[in-house]
Amino acid sequence: MFQIPTWRRFVIIGLCVLGIVLSMPNLFYERVEQHNDALQASERAGMVTQEQADAISRWPSFLPSGLVNLGLDLRGGAHLLAEVQVADVYRARMNALWPELRDALALERETLGGVRRVSAPQDELHVEIENPDQMARALEIARRKTTPIVSLTGMNQDDLAFTVDGNTLIVRLTDAEKRLIADRTIQQSLEIVRRRVDEVGTREPTIMRQGSDRILIQVPGIGSADELKALIGTTAQLTFHQVVGRGTDPNVAPGLGNIVLPSIDETGIYYTLDEVPVVTGEELTDARPGFDRMGAPAVDFRFNPSGARKFGAYTTANQGQLFAIVLDNEVISAPQIREPITTGSGSISGAMNAEQSNRLAVLLRAGALPAEMEFLEERTVGPELGQDSIDAGMLAGSVGFVLVVAFMILCYGLFGLFASIALSLNMAMLFGILSLIGATLTLPGIAGIVLTIGMAVDANVLVYERIREELRTSKGVVRAIERGYENAMSAIVDANVTTLIIAAILFMLGSGPVKGFAVTLAIGLITSVFTALMVTRLMIVFWFERTRPKTLEV
Amino acid sequence: MAWRLKLVPDDTRIDFLKYQRYTFGFSAFLVVASVLILFINGLNFGIDFRGGTTIRTEASQPVDVGAYRQALTPLDLGDVAVTEVFDPGFRADQNVAQIRIQAQDDTEAMSPALINEALLALQEHDPSLRFAQVESVGPKVSGELVWTAVLAVMASLAAMSIYIWLRFEWQYAIGAFVSLAHDVIVTLGVFSLFQIRFDLTTIAALLTILGYSINDTVVVFDRLRENLIKFKSRTLYDLINLSVNETLSRTVMTSGTTLLALIALLVLGGDVIRGFVFAITFGIFIGTYSSIYVAKNFVYWIGINRDTPKLSEGGEKKKTRSGETPFSEMP
Repeated sequence: MFQIPTWRRFVIIGLCVLGIVLSMPNLFYERVEQHNDALQASERAGMVTQEQADAISRWPSFLPSGLVNLGLDLRGGAHLLAEVQVADVYRARMNALWPELRDALALERETLGGVRRVSAPQDELHVEIENPDQMARALEIARRKTTPIVSLTGMNQDDLAFTVDGNTLIVRLTDAEKRLIADRTIQQSLEIVRRRVDEVGTREPTIMRQGSDRILIQVPGIGSADELKALIGTTAQLTFHQVVGRGTDPNVAPGLGNIVLPSIDETGIYYTLDEVPVVTGEELTDARPGFDRMGAPAVDFRFNPSGARKFGAYTTANQGQLFAIVLDNEVISAPQIREPITTGSGSISGAMNAEQSNRLAVLLRAGALPAEMEFLEERTVGPELGQDSIDAGMLAGSVGFVLVVAFMILCYGLFGLFASIALSLNMAMLFGILSLIGATLTLPGIAGIVLTIGMAVDANVLVYERIREELRTSKGVVRAIERGYENAMSAIVDANVTTLIIAAILFMLGSGPVKGFAVTLAIGLITSVFTALMVTRLMIVFWFERTRPKTLEV
Repeated sequence: MAWRLKLVPDDTRIDFLKYQRYTFGFSAFLVVASVLILFINGLNFGIDFRGGTTIRTEASQPVDVGAYRQALTPLDLGDVAVTEVFDPGFRADQNVAQIRIQAQDDTEAMSPALINEALLALQEHDPSLRFAQVESVGPKVSGELVWTAVLAVMASLAAMSIYIWLRFEWQYAIGAFVSLAHDVIVTLGVFSLFQIRFDLTTIAALLTILGYSINDTVVVFDRLRENLIKFKSRTLYDLINLSVNETLSRTVMTSGTTLLALIALLVLGGDVIRGFVFAITFGIFIGTYSSIYVAKNFVYWIGINRDTPKLSEGGEKKKTRSGETPFSEMP
């Protein structure tokens, strides 16, 4: 072991230096953070303000500027876990299919007789056929409505499946189609949430999919989960419906295919509406705050061509009828159609102030969430609490470090000092790697680091104890050190691999804070084995080459 | 001769197996008692596992638990628990309380409107009060988290045992498994006895304890495996004692440094992670104990088939890289 080739010495020293350099920005956290923020902001804007230039110049650009991200529990912010109600989309899909299917079946009324929709589970459409003996014909017509699914896994699969139960034709979505819908819905929701959160421009929000139908949203620096929710907006689903009836009884029997919704500004008034919307907010191209003819705040909107066509056809056919504008299951207003609206633009007015009309316009413009979101988990941490945690963690870490160093030096003398230097290098490398991969440091993560301080010297302890034993059987200094390292090796490997397995399981189990703990624990293990074996060995070799001691005490 | 702090004298010859009946009895007692306590007391599950809301309040006026509870009563939140939080790190005007509210409805987290109402109600009592942290978990997620947690602990136990089985022999794996299960059960017992809040980070602590405990166990096993090859004629009883004695100094040293760091964290690290750190600190003790008194006892009782590894017969003279001895056949 005493012949460490020169190139290897350089690699070991180089890695240590690299660790120090990479971890350095964290010592100047605020300054580097401002530098990074300013740089990013100016890049996005394409220009640099004086203020940004100052912030950028305060950290030299040739130095690394990667920082350890602070988790929500350290920086403060809001965390939401939302479940996207994909089943809503299945139902919407079935609702959209019904008029199409009805029209197609109605064309052969002579043979099939009348058809009507009967109540069914959310993701199915049940159609009663008057002449059940003509079911084969009905099936044939219905089958024309299917389209094959094009995907890597669902080859040769249709989107709809049909079964017959007596005189009822049952249409349901195939599993492949459901999966596709779910995927699309989640993707769309993610995109919309991201756009809305980005509009406020906070630092590094985390918005990601979790499991099959959940979205995790973490926004540092935001005051509360409440604020975040308001920002995301639960749905902002805008739909336009035909009005069937109007009354004061919320429990009125709506009749099949109809729904009862409350009015937003006329208290106690309930509208019975056709459940299938004429046009939905998805076909909006623009929405902006404006004023109606009375000078009250309103939102002006414009449809895309297909929306405009549907809207035009409907208003032409139903002139003089009532027509409801529904936002998130509340009727905003139900004006009478005075004349056909074929231009594709219109205006929503009703009980709102200027601020509300502005927010509504933003929500409509960003696009409606395709399905409702239910919030399963909400966590808010105030920034002061986070700062307190950082301070406490740093104090505890420093004290723990000093104690361990003192203890090691008391027990192993010079070799203890070597181990302590290796421990500092270990910390530097740990932070260096955390910064490099942009890992997130959480409060349990800090605990993981402190734990690493305590456990990192284990490898050294194993080696030193072994050297002591070998010295007792007196084989000479070199031999004892050599054998100490060699024989301790298998215990070190086994001990660390088992802990690594634990860290991997923790990582898989973990939500935010626990994951942070697993990451610091795992990286700490790897760096500690490196510093405890390679670095201390190198130090001992350097020391040995200089002093050539005849006897050794560890 | 330079002076060295030595926690363990150089040449200990403690007969660790001599009192194995008692130590085993003690361990068995701990496990049975823990199971009983768990049965009677149950665990003080945090919202991660039970659903509900916890709110951490900070105010400049001293906390009045009764007044807080009274302020919240009109809101009809169901089961509300208010506890004051103490920590030496708090500033003089920093008065912290923890409010726990049961889960409100079937799936969702507590509504923001309700949280706002709670804040207003409390501020009526003390205008300086604000919420430093609000966490709300719906019953749907918490139910899943329970399973994830149970699975994680099981998976860790299994993974550790399999690794030990592959690297050593099946007898060692059983010893390791029993001692790990012992650690988990006793730690759970302590959490139940003192009704310490048990949440997802506690599970992380529990797994860390497993990691530490197995670490200790492996070091002893590794030495035992080496000694079994080195001293063919000595009895297993002797060799187990020898191995524990030889590694005793290391065991104490590593526990010592780890405890130094942990106690610093326990005292100075703030109250937010105190439960977490406490669990790990306790686990260091129990893990060290179990690797000395539980794991190897099982190996002793099962016995080890010793006449297999022929490769490293050179014994003392040849390099015995014991990590590379072939796995012996299963009997």
